[in-house]
Amino acid sequence: MKHYDLVIVGGGPAGLAAAVAARDNGIDDILILERDNKLGGILNQCIHNGFGLHTFKEELTGPEYASRFIQQVLERGIDYKMNTMVMDISPEKVVTAMNATDGMFTIPAKAVILAMGCRERSRGALNIPGYRPAGIFSAGTAQRLVNMEGQMPGKKVVILGSGDIGLIMARRMTLEGAKVEVVAELMPYSGGLKRNIVQCLQDFDIPLKLSHTVVNIEGKERVEAVTIAKVGPDRRPIPGTEERYECDTLLLSCGLIPENELSKGSGVTLNPVTSGPVVNDALETSVEGIFACGNVLHVHDLVDFVSQEAANAGAYAARYIRQGEKTDVRTVPVRGIDGVRYTVPSTIRPEEMQDTVTVRFRVGDVYRDSAVVTCIDGREISRRRKKVFAPGEMEQVILKKEDLADAKIGEITIRIEKEA
Amino acid sequence: MEERQLTCIGCPMGCQVTVTIDQGEVKTVTGNTCKRGEIYARKEVVDPTRIVTSTVRVTGGTEPVVSCKTASDIPKGKIFDCCRELAKVEVAAPIKIGDVLLENVCGTGVDIVATRDLPVA
Repeated sequence: MKHYDLVIVGGGPAGLAAAVAARDNGIDDILILERDNKLGGILNQCIHNGFGLHTFKEELTGPEYASRFIQQVLERGIDYKMNTMVMDISPEKVVTAMNATDGMFTIPAKAVILAMGCRERSRGALNIPGYRPAGIFSAGTAQRLVNMEGQMPGKKVVILGSGDIGLIMARRMTLEGAKVEVVAELMPYSGGLKRNIVQCLQDFDIPLKLSHTVVNIEGKERVEAVTIAKVGPDRRPIPGTEERYECDTLLLSCGLIPENELSKGSGVTLNPVTSGPVVNDALETSVEGIFACGNVLHVHDLVDFVSQEAANAGAYAARYIRQGEKTDVRTVPVRGIDGVRYTVPSTIRPEEMQDTVTVRFRVGDVYRDSAVVTCIDGREISRRRKKVFAPGEMEQVILKKEDLADAKIGEITIRIEKEA
Repeated sequence: MEERQLTCIGCPMGCQVTVTIDQGEVKTVTGNTCKRGEIYARKEVVDPTRIVTSTVRVTGGTEPVVSCKTASDIPKGKIFDCCRELAKVEVAAPIKIGDVLLENVCGTGVDIVATRDLPVA
């Protein structure tokens, strides 16, 4: 099989933006491998609007946003294979894949970009008691059924989890004639964006019950009822608070997990907090020449940030292909502490980095009237106040090369500090 | 003087905006961090509108439905009427992004446009 300079695994928003940037940075020999029958990834089923405010300064739907990037890929004549499943990525960057026309094949590459996205947490991973009837779907599966296949999963719906897909589907099912009885959320705060609480739940008078979870599912063939209960601070159900809802459908919107089975096979080190690869300022993983971007790296709330991150990964992969990698460069760790759950990247190379590096992170709880504080070896270099920090919303700090010139720097820390 | 708290839906920031209204007229808007927030808040308390996104059935295409939206925002009170209208619409492939699938939905003066390409099967 043909050799490629750059193989990109995944043709969703991250893979597309990475491919465009790599081409614009001088790499001609690029192949995108996509397992679905079209490019665009999850955006194809996200038919709601709100995408692209940062990138295109206008509000687009998911398919419209995807089409802009697909157009750029086509204009540049970048190769892609659809209906193609990648089976393995070796540490030597040999990609093994298969499809119905080529059979099984291997592609040696100079660099690989991981852009496989994420998957939804399933019922099995949530340990919900009760029967296992038909009618239990992940919110994303329901979204695909309604928006792409024209099928309604049910008529009377309970939703567990207030992630954005669950909120979007509460509205979508309502508009298609279903009755959404309630959205239950285990945590005392929603995991979704505030705008989605307003325009998907409040607009349609759908109740959101925080600190609630599902404690029973009834029905042998089909879901007949779901019981939810209030949970205490230990997140365990409180006896006596049960409420039973008759319904035929339960949707689960309980978190997304980066899909890194292939990454593990290539020997890439994963971060247990994000379940995504550990990367440096060039979005390069622990394996030289393998880069990662988008939801396979860490779960994003906005596709605009995926596109930015992926464009960086594409540009850095292009630089690696042209120049190879300098070994023995100074590396400074970046650590999230006091409410900052993780950072991407987790190391910075001050001599190699661009003039600025955007460090993205999520907080572990809701923090009001607080500030995000960045320190170098305990010395404060920046502080940004905000009314509310919430786990559902990705935050960022911009590091400047000039602040990291001192060769004795030990570490950079980012933390949340309560302000008076 | 009436005071109303809103969450701006103009972008994912979700600013908490306070609007004061006197005899049906907006007096002040505070808490927004950009111009978009003020525009949203002034409209939301007097004449709330939304962009509606949905799907319509397709014949002869690679997929059974095509995604669509209102070309601009329509009154919030017309959302369900709009969806009921869309349930009756059936269009034939091929469809190009931006094609008008239904004109002047529910007398709003706003067209329904396709948000993706859908080729013939």
